[in-house]
Amino acid sequence: MDLDPEGIFREDSDSDEEFSQEKEPTKDLVAYLVDASPKMFSPATTDGGKDDTHFHAVMNCLVQALKAQIIGRSYDEVAIVFFNTKEKKNLQDQEAVYVFNVEEREPLDKPTARLIKELSSIEDTFLSNIGSRYGITPGSRENSLNNAIWVAQALLRKGSAKTTTKRMVLFTNEDDPFGSVAGAIKTDMIRTTVQRAKDVQDLGILIELLPLSRPDEEFNVSIFYADMVGLEGDEIAQFLPLASQKLEDMTDQLRKRIFKKRKVKTLTFQLTNDVCIEVNTYALIRPTVPGTITWLDAMTNIPLRTERSFICNDTGALLEEAPKRFHPYNNEVVKFSVSELSAVKKLPNTANNLRLLGFKPLHCLKDYHNLRPSTFIFPSDEDIFGSTRAFIALHKSMLRLGRFALAFYGTSSNSRLVALVAQEEVTTSSGQVEPPGMHMIHLPYSDDIRSVEEIHTATDGVAPRATEEQIKKASALIKRIDLKDFSVCQFANPALQRHYGALQVFALGEDEMPDIKDETLPDEDGLSRPGVVKAIEEFKTAVYGENYNEEEEEKTAGGAHADAARKRKAIAEKAAEESKSYDWAVLADKGKLKELTVVELKYYLTAHNLPLTGKKEVLINRILTHLGK
Amino acid sequence: MARNKEGLVLLLDVGPSMHGVLPEVEKVCSLLMQKKLIFGKYDEVGVVLFGTDETENELAIEVGGYEHVSVLRNIKVVDGDAAEIVQNLKRGTFPGDFMDAIVVGIDMLIKKYGSTNKGKQRICIITDARFPVKVPYEGTKEEQVDAISEQMKEHGIKLESIVFREPQLVHDEVTEENDRLLDHFAKRTTARLVHVDSPTSLLGALKTRNVAPVTVYRGDLEISPNCKIKVWVYKKTSEEKFPTLKKYSDKAPPTDKYATHEVKVDYEYKSMVEPDKVVPPEQRIKGYRYGPQVVPIASHDWDAIRFRPEKGVKLLGFTDVSNVLRQYYMKDVYMFIPEPKNNRAIVAVSAIARAMKEMNKCAILRCVWRQGQGNVVIGVLTPNISSGDNIPDSFFFNVLPFAEDLREFQFPSFDRLPAAWQPTAEQQEAADNFVLGLDLAPPEREEILPPDFTPNPVLERFYRFLDLKSKQPDAAVLPLDPALKRITEPEPELLSLQLPLLENLSKSFELRENPKKKKTSKIAWRTEQPTNQEIEAGPAGGHNETTSSNNLKIEDPSASGAFLTDANIGDLNPVKDFEAMMSRRDSPKWVHVAIEKMKSYINNLVENSVEGDDSNDDKAIECLKALRKGCIIEQEPNEFNIFLKVLFEKWRDTSLRRFLGHLCSKGVTLIYKEEAADSDVTEEAAKGFLVKLEAESQ
Repeated sequence: MDLDPEGIFREDSDSDEEFSQEKEPTKDLVAYLVDASPKMFSPATTDGGKDDTHFHAVMNCLVQALKAQIIGRSYDEVAIVFFNTKEKKNLQDQEAVYVFNVEEREPLDKPTARLIKELSSIEDTFLSNIGSRYGITPGSRENSLNNAIWVAQALLRKGSAKTTTKRMVLFTNEDDPFGSVAGAIKTDMIRTTVQRAKDVQDLGILIELLPLSRPDEEFNVSIFYADMVGLEGDEIAQFLPLASQKLEDMTDQLRKRIFKKRKVKTLTFQLTNDVCIEVNTYALIRPTVPGTITWLDAMTNIPLRTERSFICNDTGALLEEAPKRFHPYNNEVVKFSVSELSAVKKLPNTANNLRLLGFKPLHCLKDYHNLRPSTFIFPSDEDIFGSTRAFIALHKSMLRLGRFALAFYGTSSNSRLVALVAQEEVTTSSGQVEPPGMHMIHLPYSDDIRSVEEIHTATDGVAPRATEEQIKKASALIKRIDLKDFSVCQFANPALQRHYGALQVFALGEDEMPDIKDETLPDEDGLSRPGVVKAIEEFKTAVYGENYNEEEEEKTAGGAHADAARKRKAIAEKAAEESKSYDWAVLADKGKLKELTVVELKYYLTAHNLPLTGKKEVLINRILTHLGK
Repeated sequence: MARNKEGLVLLLDVGPSMHGVLPEVEKVCSLLMQKKLIFGKYDEVGVVLFGTDETENELAIEVGGYEHVSVLRNIKVVDGDAAEIVQNLKRGTFPGDFMDAIVVGIDMLIKKYGSTNKGKQRICIITDARFPVKVPYEGTKEEQVDAISEQMKEHGIKLESIVFREPQLVHDEVTEENDRLLDHFAKRTTARLVHVDSPTSLLGALKTRNVAPVTVYRGDLEISPNCKIKVWVYKKTSEEKFPTLKKYSDKAPPTDKYATHEVKVDYEYKSMVEPDKVVPPEQRIKGYRYGPQVVPIASHDWDAIRFRPEKGVKLLGFTDVSNVLRQYYMKDVYMFIPEPKNNRAIVAVSAIARAMKEMNKCAILRCVWRQGQGNVVIGVLTPNISSGDNIPDSFFFNVLPFAEDLREFQFPSFDRLPAAWQPTAEQQEAADNFVLGLDLAPPEREEILPPDFTPNPVLERFYRFLDLKSKQPDAAVLPLDPALKRITEPEPELLSLQLPLLENLSKSFELRENPKKKKTSKIAWRTEQPTNQEIEAGPAGGHNETTSSNNLKIEDPSASGAFLTDANIGDLNPVKDFEAMMSRRDSPKWVHVAIEKMKSYINNLVENSVEGDDSNDDKAIECLKALRKGCIIEQEPNEFNIFLKVLFEKWRDTSLRRFLGHLCSKGVTLIYKEEAADSDVTEEAAKGFLVKLEAESQ
């Protein structure tokens, strides 16, 4: 296995011991219940063509969601159940319910490329192969909605409730499924269906309704579904906008690996010689890299196994894992045992320990005091009661006094000095933006800091500085190009999105590369607004002077390029001069060209502006051709 | 390699006021030499001491004066000898004159290199600059500095001055004048002046390894398509990693002088189906996971659709500093400096940096450092207003995460946690005082442990050990140097100064270990006084320990077993010793060792008691109680039950009857089922076991 062989992401790939603790996270099991009644196939918009059916919208949404899921949470399992179908296909042999599946896959299983592929083209053949009809009709006593929930419930029987979350997601545009029946049968059907939904929810399965409304006819939840899903009071009013938001979210999901929340480590945070509290660490920000690579046999596509062997460089003998390491020093070989090395790395009294050294004002933490992504710290009372309280008190004090804590973070292999910066909780209407706690920032040692600014000190002792006027112009510029709502992480990584997009193309055998927008490019329209252009021009004139553009052009035209051109010209002139002293036609006729040296041959070629490449024979032939012989 | 060789002269003040810190000077200088032996084998070094009793330099002979400056080593290629001589510096008794020393150093460099090797010559002076320098024959001291600076500039000599003064030192006229002179040097030449006040900072103040600076990018910082600033980008921080050691092969015959002893690692790819078949590289193809499948994709197919941004650094916009929180910085830090000698670029950077600083803004950039690079970098540019007149203003650049890099975990609000977890006003006050009291940047002295002057203790330790091992191949791992220990533990002086605060904190917050978790808890969360058992065991790394050695031994890798036999239960405090042993987790054997030791200790006590000395009876009961408790915690009921039964059988018919009878009333019974599942004794039976005896004895 080789992570990222191209090395695109290598820059970031510090072997991060934290990732070794990744465990198989809990699973999400979803059954998508898709209404396939004729109503779903009727045009959704009044002016739309055939494609704009609700069924089409749902399929599109499902395919997009699966494409995102296969990259983000490929361990989650899905089932796709159509109801109100002509054909039936389900273990329970229920009418009008069709469980869609492809080869090499259980009905409820991880999504596969084939599933996505067949699902994305299902519309073309759906009506002929599976068929659509109204499942609930007067006189038949069949209840397709009830059947569908039953089938889905059976599918979701898999997996324990502790380690999985289970959901049914129901797509329909029929707000009154039992509208066609009447009387006692209707009441009975409603009662059984609501009861079934209740049973399902009692089993810990969540039912989500994603209703589709037409512009002229809004989906009315109160008719039936509010009862079935269990909505009450205000929830009913807020339901529709929320649901349409959900639908949109499903379609526009970012292809992104999802990590389940888990702690990385439990540490003791030693405040003084005899006060220790307990904290957990979490990795909130880590560079995401494309998934692992498996080497395959190009002929058979069967995975390969890597075998590593150690060979003695001196004798060629095959070795077991060498027990000793060495380092050359002062023309000698100094040997270490592995245990000696780990003893050197491990500082006494520090493993998994965060030892507080003291506090400093925040301005002591400079912008260049950084090496790797920060780690989040949150208190825990699991082993030591009272930890959370002490942590909260410390957190409050640090925030109020504007201090950060300096601590020594001991691990078995890479102990570091760290800054603990308290972060207040930040919440917006959409939830928590910054969790409360502390961020552990790895500080560089003096060995890691380079004094680069001192490399190019001004030779005459004074470096030029901007004048007040120039700074003012710069301020005006800054005001103009202001990103008011900038938030860190607002950009998707274009390289990663491209990677996932390409992977999808290959896996699904698609013809076209999905259009991936590079969000990281500057806003050209914004920069060409007159106000901005003016501010930029004024700044430029203030710092560079009036004639900067012309001077620069001159420099580029008259600088390196002109030099090279002059040189080339001189060579050509010399060659032409030299070339004249030979009688080329005569030499060629007598076959004497091959007696000349390559340098001599090149005089002719240069003088006549011919290519100079190739071996001697090639050069001679070129001359002959040029002479017309 | 040799092209880049550096010529360095170390000027070391060994005058009387420096004696206290000379051990650290010796260490840092020898580390410098050691690293040169590894990373700069062709560098040349000279060493000059000043403040010595003797005078030994060419200038003194040629022109006279320059007393108490002795050349310890002339400038020549670094060798083991160089590392050796700086380890034992002879203490001098005369106040050192750093100006004389600098002149001697310059003289040596000029004589050695003449006009060659410009820009690769360096003088490094370590002094406390506490004594007045001599008044020159002509002109003022400042003029002398100017003259010397001129010389240095002409020959391309750099000066690095490290001034060490203890924090409690009162500054007087002399030190102020000296500081001014050294500062004058720094302004006049390519010089670096550093003030430190602790031995730890001294170890970090001298750069022990020279890394040739390499630009990551040279080109335009594009404000807009028609407004660009020429910049060079360097790495500002980059982690110096623990060196990768090569694997050692001992296969070569000892007579082979040219043996490399290296081990080659060979990778072979074999088919899963036919384990013996090796698949050649050209027949391999990369497979990428897509759901449960692995999709094979040839590298030329990837190349065709790979993301290929254009090289360049573009501004996306400016934003408030508060929009970019510190914890989002992702990597090591870059530095944007204006193109050297390009005054327009220097002014442009200066204008923007200063405007940003005034307005509290930062800039967001999109960077592609090289053509053909497969990804883009989004990051934040922050101003770095220069501290020295001769250094241009510049920017720091930190990489920011992408949307994919963020994991949105939710945490409970502190306000919503149970009231029992909220600190009281009193506790809050204790915390406030604690945070204020443990101040590492007190106004009256230099910042304590500033990253810029704090060396990496692990690397320091490794290189010292490497040097030691080259001389004594079977040397044991060194304990951590006291000056380096200040990086891993707080300064004892600081702690003792603030003792009331610490005690108050400890009192205010009642921290208790969760009893249920004790078994799995690997952490000795509350350190205890070292017990006699630990003092007897005398761990290898325990010298100068200020905190409990209990913790230390647990972490000490060599403790895994070797100490099992060393630990003992002493007479002074047997119960504590036993508990300490039971809670050790470095080896699973500890529990049994502890139980066995306790049993034999109790047997001893009882035996003594039989011989008429019953003063130990109470002690024996305490020990039995501790053993019983330990066996319940460790769920080893049978260990205890069998022991108690044997004890009972052995002594029931002796004078100890009475003693045994007391046990039950003291709570020492057999361990019963409810206490430990493995026990086959019921509660009733357990309690009844000794009662009979008790009744009899009364």
